[in-house]
Amino acid sequence: MNPRAVGWLRVAVHPAGLLPLALLLFDAATGGLSVNPIQDVTLRTGKAALVLLMLSLACTPLKIVFGWKWAVGLRKPLGLYAFLYVCLHLLIFVVADYGLDAALIWQAVVEKRYVVAGFAAFLLLLPLALTSTRGAQRRLGRWWRRLHRLVYLAAGLAVLHYLWLAKVPREPLIFGVILAALLVLRLPALQRLVAGRLAGSAQRFRPGSEGGVAGRGSGPPAGPARASGAQRQPDPEGEAADHAEYPEHRPGTIDHRRSAQGTGEQ
Amino acid sequence: MHKIPSSEITPEHLFLSRRQLMGSAGALSVAALLAACGVRTPGAPATDTVPADARTDELGDPLNSFEEITTYNNYYEFTTDKQGVARLATGFQTSPWEVQVGGLVGNPRTFALEDLLAFEQEERIYRLRCVEAWSMVIPWVGFPLRRLLDVVEPRAGAQYVRFETVFRPEEMPGQRDRYYPWPYVEGLRLDEAMHDLTLLATGLYGRELTPQNGAPVRLVVPWKYGFKSIKSIVKIDLVDTMPTSLWMALAPNEYGFYANVNPAVAHPRWSQATERRIGERGRRETLMFNGYADEVASLYAGMDLRVNY
Repeated sequence: MNPRAVGWLRVAVHPAGLLPLALLLFDAATGGLSVNPIQDVTLRTGKAALVLLMLSLACTPLKIVFGWKWAVGLRKPLGLYAFLYVCLHLLIFVVADYGLDAALIWQAVVEKRYVVAGFAAFLLLLPLALTSTRGAQRRLGRWWRRLHRLVYLAAGLAVLHYLWLAKVPREPLIFGVILAALLVLRLPALQRLVAGRLAGSAQRFRPGSEGGVAGRGSGPPAGPARASGAQRQPDPEGEAADHAEYPEHRPGTIDHRRSAQGTGEQ
Repeated sequence: MHKIPSSEITPEHLFLSRRQLMGSAGALSVAALLAACGVRTPGAPATDTVPADARTDELGDPLNSFEEITTYNNYYEFTTDKQGVARLATGFQTSPWEVQVGGLVGNPRTFALEDLLAFEQEERIYRLRCVEAWSMVIPWVGFPLRRLLDVVEPRAGAQYVRFETVFRPEEMPGQRDRYYPWPYVEGLRLDEAMHDLTLLATGLYGRELTPQNGAPVRLVVPWKYGFKSIKSIVKIDLVDTMPTSLWMALAPNEYGFYANVNPAVAHPRWSQATERRIGERGRRETLMFNGYADEVASLYAGMDLRVNY
């Protein structure tokens, strides 16, 4: 994708992230909420949080599968907007629904396991949001990435939270399947498979070329993750092969090759 | 490792202003949402509004408005969206309508809606407590189910009553969803069905029942969770074995046959100790048998209500 489009996407993610909130406030102002507004607001902020969390977790797989490096830049704002809705969701529950009544809230925690799962997910996301700054990334170094793997657990708990509260399990299970797919796509073995497939088809596409195989092991090392840690290098072998193959290659041109292989625009 | 083109790096001032934007959006929205939760929704005026009614139930709690009762409905045959039922149910054909009453009875009969309306109708102000932990106070119009059962003469072997909702997927989009084992089925023990509180409702707020509330005829069992009060009934059978309701079939470990409102027995996954009365802020304690313990507790004497949930 060209840098201009990437720039627009990075701007567009903000109105997109605020859209559920805007719709909610619009409905609240115009009488569009139901006669049980607390439940409406609770459900809608919860759903927005879950969807944004899934979108945030989809960025890395998009890069792995389609080579869309730009997607990684959306991961952080999507994650932070998810956390915004998590906070709203929790506040509505504690303040509007349970009126800050400690005894009532404690009873809910004891008797409703979905409350425990949801609160645990919040507690796991809290340090991630707090360390989302570049400064924190620098300070934490390699620990930053390890810490931020907690998002997988938090997302699992969020889906469990939804499953445990829903009267009908269908929709939570759909979220569960999506989450499982997004996590499986991160497995190193799968990444190698994808990288191998892409390299293999590139070879077929350009007969006579030594293809990815030539680059294997001889290309420039993937190198340490950038100080920010934001751009993971999940498939050093594949990346290295890419660059060895195309010494002139710049990141902005990668899409043309991938779409030529029929994997880019699906 | 390749370089990030400078065009992809967010300039620091933009980056900061975005952070501030996100922060202030958060603070503002908290305030606005909390305010929204406390406000009684004005709502668009319904096409046929009913004037406010100052009456209360026997506990002194005010009636919910006609608008509240007709815009917030659980009726999965139309949609699982409580606000969406009213629109989808508009134009639902409730006439002609027939209710077949049979099974273990001496005098099986098919009642047309007119026959049902010929029973002496009375108003009953009942609390409705949904299993989702919200409740309303509703002025139903109808007649005790017992009177209809007396007409068909239950035979000696009859121990339960099985109810069935109409199946009309062409009119009820939710019924096209094959996830649910339609049609909706509910059941009562015969003594529950014969209890004076058990109502066949044909009206609401002194007028015809609205489709979203189960027109033209529905059951109202005020001491049980709302899902027991089956809507748009077309079939009533007296049977000798406990009927399996739709919810029992879907989730047998979560929905029992009895489904009596009971703050001491939690749903397997959530507490039933408190509820929100529609129109109120916050929560109130749920009452045993939804406040009808004096009338119905004797039906369950000696039964373990934790087992028979």
